[in-house]
Amino acid sequence: MKPTKISNPEYFHKVVDCQWACPAHTPVPEYIRLIAAGRYTDAYMINWESNVFPGILGRTCDRPCEPACRRVRVEDEPVAICRLKRVAADYKGEIDHLIPKAPEQKNGKKIALLGAGPVSLAVARDLMPLGYECKIFERDPVPGGLMRTNIPSFRLPEEVLNEECDRIINMGVEVQYNKEIKSFKEFLKEDFDAVFVGTGAPKGKDLNIPGREECDKNIHIGIDFLASVAFEHVKKIGKKVIVLGGGNTAMDCCRTAIRLGGKDVRVYVRSPKVDMKASDWEIEEAEMENIPIYENHVPKEFIHENGKLKAVAFEKVKAEYKDGRRKLIPTGEPIEIVECDDVLMAIGQDNAFEWIEKDIGIEFGEWDMPIVDRTTMQSTLPKVFFGGDSAWGPENIITAVAHAHQAAISIDLFCNNKSLKKRPQPHVFLESTKMGLHEWSYDNGYAEVDRLAVPHADPKVTLADRKVEVELGYDDRMAFEEAARCLNCDVQTVFEEKRCIECDACVDICPEDCINFIQNADEQELREDIRVPALNLAQDLYVSRKLPTKRVMVKDEDLCLHCGLCAERCPTGAWDMQKFFYFGAQSHDGCKK
Amino acid sequence: MSFIKKPIARHPNLPKNKLGLTRRDYEGALSTLCAGCGHDSVSSAIIEACFQLSIPAHRLAKLSGIGCSSKTPTYFLNKSHGFNSVHGRMPSVATGANLANRDLYYLGVSGDGDTASIGLGQFCHIMRRRLNMVYICENNGTYGLTKGQFSATNDKESKSRKGVDNMFESIDLAALAIQLGAGFVARSFSGDKDQLIPLIRAALSYKGFAFIDVISPCVTFNNHAQSTKSYEYFREHNEAVGFLDVIPENEEISVNYGEGKSIEVNVHDGSKMVLHKLNKSYDPGSRRKAIGKINDSRDKGEIITGLIYLDQNEEDLHDTLLTTEKPLNQLKKKDLSPGLKKLRQVNKSFS
Repeated sequence: MKPTKISNPEYFHKVVDCQWACPAHTPVPEYIRLIAAGRYTDAYMINWESNVFPGILGRTCDRPCEPACRRVRVEDEPVAICRLKRVAADYKGEIDHLIPKAPEQKNGKKIALLGAGPVSLAVARDLMPLGYECKIFERDPVPGGLMRTNIPSFRLPEEVLNEECDRIINMGVEVQYNKEIKSFKEFLKEDFDAVFVGTGAPKGKDLNIPGREECDKNIHIGIDFLASVAFEHVKKIGKKVIVLGGGNTAMDCCRTAIRLGGKDVRVYVRSPKVDMKASDWEIEEAEMENIPIYENHVPKEFIHENGKLKAVAFEKVKAEYKDGRRKLIPTGEPIEIVECDDVLMAIGQDNAFEWIEKDIGIEFGEWDMPIVDRTTMQSTLPKVFFGGDSAWGPENIITAVAHAHQAAISIDLFCNNKSLKKRPQPHVFLESTKMGLHEWSYDNGYAEVDRLAVPHADPKVTLADRKVEVELGYDDRMAFEEAARCLNCDVQTVFEEKRCIECDACVDICPEDCINFIQNADEQELREDIRVPALNLAQDLYVSRKLPTKRVMVKDEDLCLHCGLCAERCPTGAWDMQKFFYFGAQSHDGCKK
Repeated sequence: MSFIKKPIARHPNLPKNKLGLTRRDYEGALSTLCAGCGHDSVSSAIIEACFQLSIPAHRLAKLSGIGCSSKTPTYFLNKSHGFNSVHGRMPSVATGANLANRDLYYLGVSGDGDTASIGLGQFCHIMRRRLNMVYICENNGTYGLTKGQFSATNDKESKSRKGVDNMFESIDLAALAIQLGAGFVARSFSGDKDQLIPLIRAALSYKGFAFIDVISPCVTFNNHAQSTKSYEYFREHNEAVGFLDVIPENEEISVNYGEGKSIEVNVHDGSKMVLHKLNKSYDPGSRRKAIGKINDSRDKGEIITGLIYLDQNEEDLHDTLLTTEKPLNQLKKKDLSPGLKKLRQVNKSFS
């Protein structure tokens, strides 16, 4: 293998599994260390700069970082990254003076943002400090988008949501509420230098099976139901409720239903439970509230009597997997009739672009979705950009934020007549953490602690009031303990060939048997030849240049604990533990000279 | 020394031995020796060898004297028996232990000071007696614990870190061992585990006195440009006599080295040793030739390594003294006091 190019920032970035997995590349280990040090405000600000909504995401994020966490490979349970983020938001101090201000002198460019959801808000946050005039157009009377309408208050309290939305709007963003754009063609006649579309995927999927029309009064689309509850148009529901669907919206629907008076609330899923789209922790929470989930049930008919919904008929199926595809095969068991008063349908969401005329230069591709550039977020009409769920269908908040940063960079480049393809580079630095012979500026010991469960409020209280938050969050002691579980994967093991005397001390001490000194070979062979074969192909091998004995150092990055023992046992300082800081580029980096 | 505990986390795919244990189950406490000390690599080789042999920890006793090397038994096999004895007196303790219980593996770890200076007398006599044990001398040519004076094994041409000349001749422990009756004599290097691990395995399987002189650089005091016991010097002047393969019981020998190039030895525990010779004419079965080979290499400025001498007639002190087969702690009252009839028989034998 060729020597690893550690000068390429993406090499060490990939070693920081959580940050690499985060669409917005939040510097996770950095803020976790700050939390451990009790520096909650600093931890919050790193998050805010990177992911814009730390308080919201600390409660609702889909957490792509957690399954990626190295701790999963080392001992099973990831660090509770998401809930630590919440700690930073909950315990932060005064931050107003740390938030960048929009300059009084504007740059003369006007940007329209459609929808006041996370993606548009994040674009506005990135552009306001640069002097842009941003104007948001929102259908609802309040900002937040799906964060308000689809996420129930018992998961995300209104105060938290309002605080983080207001922080952006208070930078001077103009928002026109209760304004739904009916014709994009007309809208484009207005005087804007660029238009950003962040209208989400607001249409819940329907299910056209017999009885659908007749029972319309008691069959509700999940996201519409949640929005109606959020705006207090709906305050109660029938005693017996069936929720169809296995995603996070289904989990929010069933938990909302029992708070609105549902006594017998059940979730029915077409697939086996293991294939459910909902996050494990969302399923767990629903089950903790004693909501049963029935798998392998396909709804066939809404049964009604005298024009009123009576029951749902289900066919039982089993899943068969062939060539990676799943097929649901009827088991032949008798149709199951389940009585109910109301049905909530949470079986997916669609985009709705009927308001975008097809003759205005925005090309549409598959599934009637606009064609959007994956890097620049630009549509085929140069001044129109898309992001969030309206770009490529339903994703999540953190992905929307990542889109927003890219869109803001593009809009800034576009307004300055620069090429959108020339993207600004990330901020990167690498510095030694060495403070003494065996002292480092990070806590390198391995914490033998299991993941701490987040305490919950008394269910008697939370089930009685949909606005009471279920999770209490960690207290400072728990946060400290949980933070200690972080392996500091951003503190990199950096190897300097010319210092190495090949004494084997690092090989002998490494608790995970990552380090090897062997004859070089091609990657596949090296992966087999090392002490413990490197079977996880998603993780790289770090290969040195040739050493005096003609061998090379090969380190399997997979399970490295970043404990620094290799560097502590190295007599010559050939190994050093160096903190790698990576911060993705944002719009203020774009047009810099 | 490191202040943190070695993490308990370990690689999930670590190989397991016959006992279902991984190498890490044979570890000891985190070393407090200088970073890069050769002794830590020797400890690691011992761990690997014991792991490979599937030795149950309670079946091995580790013994040592005083010195950097003699601290190391703390850093491996933390579930085994251990005795950290008086300076240079490890052989006496080993003899006592072995006579009391011949069923254990005895692994003595000593250094050049402990072996070649204060303990030289004990070292000589334990070899004459062919005690069944493995004696590893971690040889760095310097007194590390007392800040780097020359030891008795430091080569005359090897200067101190500050350039001071060494006035005295060195003792070649391997040559001495062959001379005095050790049945298995090898020399190796802490930085070459491919060579060292099979040697330790073979030594542990060997019945009789097995001695391994391991050049183990002292990174603090004797790893400089004018030292003959540095990592760099050793790598440049190492002349291996051969490679050793240890083939476990019931396993076939798979490598064919060619006619006259390998020697197969059946070891009393059922395993086989295959010594692959780099030089066809070398005969490790002859004391005279082995000593000659050591001297020849030395004259050429080379350090001979590998299994230098092997007496295939495995015999130990118990065979000579006709002692009881059973460990003393397993002898019953009946064995120790066999009765009047037996006493009369014994007395009669003297008449």
